Parts: sequence; C-alpha cells; structure tokens
Amino acid sequence: MNFDDTPQEAAFRAEAKAWISANAPKQYEEELRKSSLGRTVLKGANILEVAKAWQKKKADAGWACLHWPKEYGGRGSSPIERVIWQQEEGPFGKLSGMFIIGHGMCGPTMMAFAGEEQKRKYLPPLASGEKVWCQLFSEPAGGSDVAGLRTRAEKKGDDWIINGQKIWTSGAHYSDYGILLTRTDPNVAKHKGLTMFFLDMKSPGVEVQPIKQASGQSDFNEVYFTDVKIPDSQRLGAVNDGWNVSLTTLMNERMSIGAGVSTGFPELFDFCNSLMLEDGPAIEDRSVRSRLANYAVKASGLRYTSMRAISALSKGERPGPENSIGKLVAGSMVQEVAMYALDLQGAAGVLSGPEDAEVAGKFQAMLLRAPGTRVEGGTDEIMRNIIAERVLGLPGDIRVDKDVPFNKIPTKGRA
Amino acid sequence: MNFDFSDEQKQMRDEARKFLAEKCPPKAVREVLDGKAPYDKALWQGLAGMGFLGVAIPEAFGGAGAGHLELCVIAEEMGRANAPVPFSSTVYLAAEALLLAGSDAQKQKWLPKIASGEAIGTLALFEGKGNPSPRAIKLQASGGTLNGVKKPVPDGAIADFAVVAARTGSTGRDSDISLFLVDLKAGGVEAKSLTNVDPTRGQAELTFKNAKAEPLGAAGDGWSILTQVLDRAAVLLAFEQVGGSDRALEMGRDYALDRIAFGRPIGSFQAVKHILADMYVSATLARSNCYYGAWALSTNASELPEAAAAARISATQAFQHCSKNNIQVHGGMGFTWEFDCHMYYRRANTTALTLGSLSYWEDQLIDRMRKKNAA
Repeated sequence: MNFDDTPQEAAFRAEAKAWISANAPKQYEEELRKSSLGRTVLKGANILEVAKAWQKKKADAGWACLHWPKEYGGRGSSPIERVIWQQEEGPFGKLSGMFIIGHGMCGPTMMAFAGEEQKRKYLPPLASGEKVWCQLFSEPAGGSDVAGLRTRAEKKGDDWIINGQKIWTSGAHYSDYGILLTRTDPNVAKHKGLTMFFLDMKSPGVEVQPIKQASGQSDFNEVYFTDVKIPDSQRLGAVNDGWNVSLTTLMNERMSIGAGVSTGFPELFDFCNSLMLEDGPAIEDRSVRSRLANYAVKASGLRYTSMRAISALSKGERPGPENSIGKLVAGSMVQEVAMYALDLQGAAGVLSGPEDAEVAGKFQAMLLRAPGTRVEGGTDEIMRNIIAERVLGLPGDIRVDKDVPFNKIPTKGRA
Repeated sequence: MNFDFSDEQKQMRDEARKFLAEKCPPKAVREVLDGKAPYDKALWQGLAGMGFLGVAIPEAFGGAGAGHLELCVIAEEMGRANAPVPFSSTVYLAAEALLLAGSDAQKQKWLPKIASGEAIGTLALFEGKGNPSPRAIKLQASGGTLNGVKKPVPDGAIADFAVVAARTGSTGRDSDISLFLVDLKAGGVEAKSLTNVDPTRGQAELTFKNAKAEPLGAAGDGWSILTQVLDRAAVLLAFEQVGGSDRALEMGRDYALDRIAFGRPIGSFQAVKHILADMYVSATLARSNCYYGAWALSTNASELPEAAAAARISATQAFQHCSKNNIQVHGGMGFTWEFDCHMYYRRANTTALTLGSLSYWEDQLIDRMRKKNAA
C-alpha cells in the first residue's frame, strides 16, 4: 500500500508539471483556486475566452483530451495519465468546465458512431476548444426518465425534420454543435423508437433560451426546435437504436473520476478555524467540533475512495458503478455544509452580498447552487438505485411502461 | 499509486475468512453469547496455530513478523466473523504496548506467549465513566505496587497479564501517568466479571491491592505511550468494525432478496433498496478511511494520529449504521434472539466505546487537524 507513482507515471507527471508551470495562465491562479462549485468568475476577463485560449495552448502542445487517439486531437494516454494530468493541472482544470460535456460525452459518442471523415473533421476542433459541444437529452417531461423524451425526428428525403423541446442543456448558449436524442417511432416501446444525431447549433429553427436558476445564475438552457433540418449523414448509429448510442454517452461519464468532487468541507473547516462566536472561537465549541469531525470523515472517505479507484485504474481496471458514491455523498453534503455555515453566522447568515456576508458570501452562494448539484447527472435517488441494483445486485424497479408503445403511455398524473 | 492491499495480503484475507467460516460459525459465537464459556478456547488455539495472533510480532519474539497491513487484513475477518475471542485486547492493545515501550526482557517474556496463544493480555485504562484522560486515572503506583480499581477492563477476567495506567505524580500534567505491566495470576489482583451489552466480549472490574507491578516504558511517559497505543488500536479495531459492517450489509441484502412480501422480494422496493445503498455508502467511506489508517500505521507516518481518528469515527459510524439497519431490513425477525442480527448490533455498540467514545475521537480528530493546519 503506497501513494508512489510507477517510474513511468513519475516521468509523465514530471513532464506535465514542467509544461503546466511554464505555460498556465498564472495571473488567474488565485481566483481559480478560491472559486467553488461551478461559480468561476474572473475579474476583468471573459472566462470563455480565457478557457478557450488555455485549451488551445494545451492542444497545440499535445496536452488536450489526453485519452483520445492522436488522430482526433488527443494524446493516446492511459486513464491513469489522465488522472495525473488532472492532479497537476490543479485549479487551472476549472477552466475546462465548459468543455466537460463535449470532451467527456459528445466526443466519445462521435468516436464510437460517426464516420471516419466526420471524426477527422469535427473532433480536433472539439479537443482544442475552438468548438464547444452540448448534449441535448433531457426534456420537460423526462428528467431521470431520459427515454420518455418527445422531440420528434421525421424522415423527409435525405434529411430529418426535428420538432420539439429540450431542457437543462448545459452551455447550449455558447455551443457550436450538439448531440441530440430524438423519437423516430412512437408506436413501439419507449426505449425502442429513439435515434441519435449531431447538429450545428446555428441551424435555422434552433432557439436557445437560458434558464435563470434558483442561484440566480444561468448555466442551463431550454432549446426549441422548429422544423430543424438535419442531413441523414449526421445520424449516429442505426435508426431507432438511439438508446444504445446514448448508453455509450452516459457510460463515459463515469470515466471522469479522479477529478475530485467538491464537498465544501475544506471551506467550512477554514471558516470555523477563524470564526469567533459569543463564547469564544467556534473551533473550541463542543458541538461545532462534533459536526466538523462528521463532515471531515465523509470528505476524507470520499478522497480515499477515489484514490482506491485511481489505483484500480492504474492496474488497468475500468471504473464501475460503485463510483456513483462520490456524487451521492458530496451532493447532499455540500448542501448541509452550506446550511451549517449559515447557521453559525446567526441572523447575519441571510446576507449574501460580498461586502456584508462572511467570507464574501461563499456559503450563501453554495447554499443556492447545492440543490442543482443533487439533481444534475442523476438525483440522489437515482444514484441510490444504481448502487442497490448494480453494486448490491437487488432487483430493478418495476417499469410499468417498459413494453407499452410510447404513444399509449399515460402522460398525466393522478390516474 | 497502489492504494490497496497486495495480492499476498488478499490471499491471507481469504485464508482467514475460510478458516473463520469453518471454525467460527454463528453457532460457535452463540456458545459464548449464551454464557456457556467466557470465550472460544478452541478458536483461540486455532488462531495461534494459523499464526494470526503473532502476525505483526517480530520473529525474534516468536511471531510471524509479517507486519501491520497483514494484521489489518486479519482484523477485518475477525470483525466479519464476530469472533468471540480476546483478540483486540491481546493483540491490538497489550502486544502493541509491549512492542512500543517494552524492554527486551518484557517482550521476550510475553510476546512469544501471545503469539502461541498461551497468554491473554489486556489494557487496564478506564476507572468508571468517561473517556481516556490523564485526569481520570486515580489508581496509585508506589514502590513497585499498585492500588486501586479499574473498570471496565476488556477481557479482564480471562487475561493473564495487563498493561495498567497508573498515577505516579501529582503535578497535574500528563507526565503524572506511567504504565505498568502486571501478571494477573501472581496475586494481588481480584477480577470480577461484569454484565455487558455484548457477552461475546467480556468486561471486568480489576481490583489492585498491593499488586506487584513492573514499569513499562520510562516513568512519566505513560500518557504519551498510551496515546500511541490507542491510535494504533483504533486503526486495527476500525478494520474489525468494517468487517462487521460488510457482514451486516450482506445479511441485509441476502434477506431482502429472499423475503417475499406484497408479491415480490422486499429488495425490489425502493425504500428497502435505499436503506441498503446507504449502508453500502457508509461501509465504503469507512473502508477507505481505514485503508489510509493502515497505510499510516504500517509506515509509521506522521499522519497516523489524524488517520487513526478518522478511521475510528468513520468505522464506528458505519458499523452502528449497518448493524441497526440490518435489523430494520429484517423487520420483526431481526429483533428475535434466533436471528444473528443482534449479535452484530451488540458488537457494533460495544466496540464503539472500548477505546473511548465517538465524541472523544471527534475531539481528537479536530485537535489533530488544527495542529496540522497550524504547522
């Protein structure tokens, strides 16, 4: 049992470290280090431009999309090298936030299902950050029930005509391309009538409307399709086989372990270490210490769970469904930590302005963002189902709509 | 990075699991639970025969000289089997204290006997209510003899010798405390068994009346040695707790798959699935914290105190969580004497207290994190 790199890993780490140290945009390091939970703001700079510039620099030197093949703009690295890169990239990795969907999910799906010419055309600019991609899966009627989607694709000559609406699409407002899951046959069971495409987000008939979230930010969008034309050559996988294609996309999500999930604990510990309560320093208070210790062991438990997963990766094993634990634990923990930090501030906990609130309103921002963290990429309940069914081997939920043609499935509650 | 046990260590775990499955079935645990014996003597001798009692004891003192990672692996299996033997008091507490502070002669006298199963040892620390604290130690040492009362002492009624924490000064500092080694069969010590929540692990009251004692470690070093012994034992006991958590989770899962209600296995109901998923989560977080503790213990890293406290808290929580929810998943059957659920529930709630309670370790963890932060 050790934390040492193999000689090969150590050599890779040294090379990565040296390049990052010579090339990273150091002027933003402090701001990036302090930013938390998807709230990365750089003073006096357009974050999209800064992120694109950093990604392009990485791509030109061969450090972009490490695990992708070289011919598509990657480096052909092993999964463990990708983890080492993430560790070394540190706070600068936060700049990759807007590329996560494209690099983690759209790219691998294109790689598995697009034609060779298309791969060579679309993948390198995706890897280098020149083009941003989004993923158009969720719909108002289907959140966790992805296969319940209603956006229609109808064949007309060599084209498909798309009508419908997507929601919760991260980054659609600055995306150039998207992968799109549609319904092509409503007369068969819901999983069996879906087809996947990729499209140009600037196509006529595509309308993007940012959603104002509970936190006040707008990271997600509604996307409307009115008679949008997609050539059949941009279909991914067979007609009506879109569910299998989407599983490839979703399975790639799991590969992004090692990046470390945010729990809010380090922030809370620092806060309690400096906070003075009426009876003295917060950290001397019996009940504060107990709460802190409980959060501490969850945070360290997650950290070492991810190290166990990295060890497995390093031995060539693939990450399994047990990695759902990170999002499940961290999601609700961030929310609890934020609530507790506000509680410690007493009446003034309601203040969120950077001038008036403790630590510039960091915990207030965390509180308002946290509900989204518990929902995006699968709710707590879906994560528990994954653990129960795929790790512990318990029976799957009974799905009453499984063998019913899609157009016969009830659409209203209180039946 | 190889944040995992080696193939050899995993092989040892498999061997221990196989051995315990055969020699320590729930039926054997019940013999002790029902009061038919104070501990399972045949199992104890079997463990000695397998080399498990001396796995971390150097070969020069009659052990296998394997190391602490190997001991962690065995500890997990002892917890999984709920073994009714004085393993933790003898191996984690008495042997570790000897290894840390014993003279060559003391090690030569007791360690081979531990490894061969001839001697049972324990640590006599507590004097009634409360958590580990130098102030709570009243038992007096003077002129090579001890006077006072210790309770509860784990396995105190069956132990052959004890490491005893005694007061040797009155300055009000930690250096008032010294450790002593007492041969409990040599006279001067009266042992009384105490009824406790988990009868498969005995607890006793030891009364010292001019009992002969020899110093263990330098005078005044007692508290600092004890702290190290408790940290080391915390990691090892945490592995037992993780073994117990995993077993409780398995029992719950198996029952949920077998038991049919409302026309389907209860494990197909989301409410039940989510209970079991949460058990998996707490057991997994504890296991990962334990691995870090094992690394720190085996390398004697400066992170050991913090790692030990984290492993201890996490594993205590996991075992309590898994053992109580195992009963919940079993419904009414889980509350019967006949089902094994209560044995794990008892063990979870007694191991939670044997090295100091959860709140003690929470306090320790935050102290240690602050020190690291300040450094």
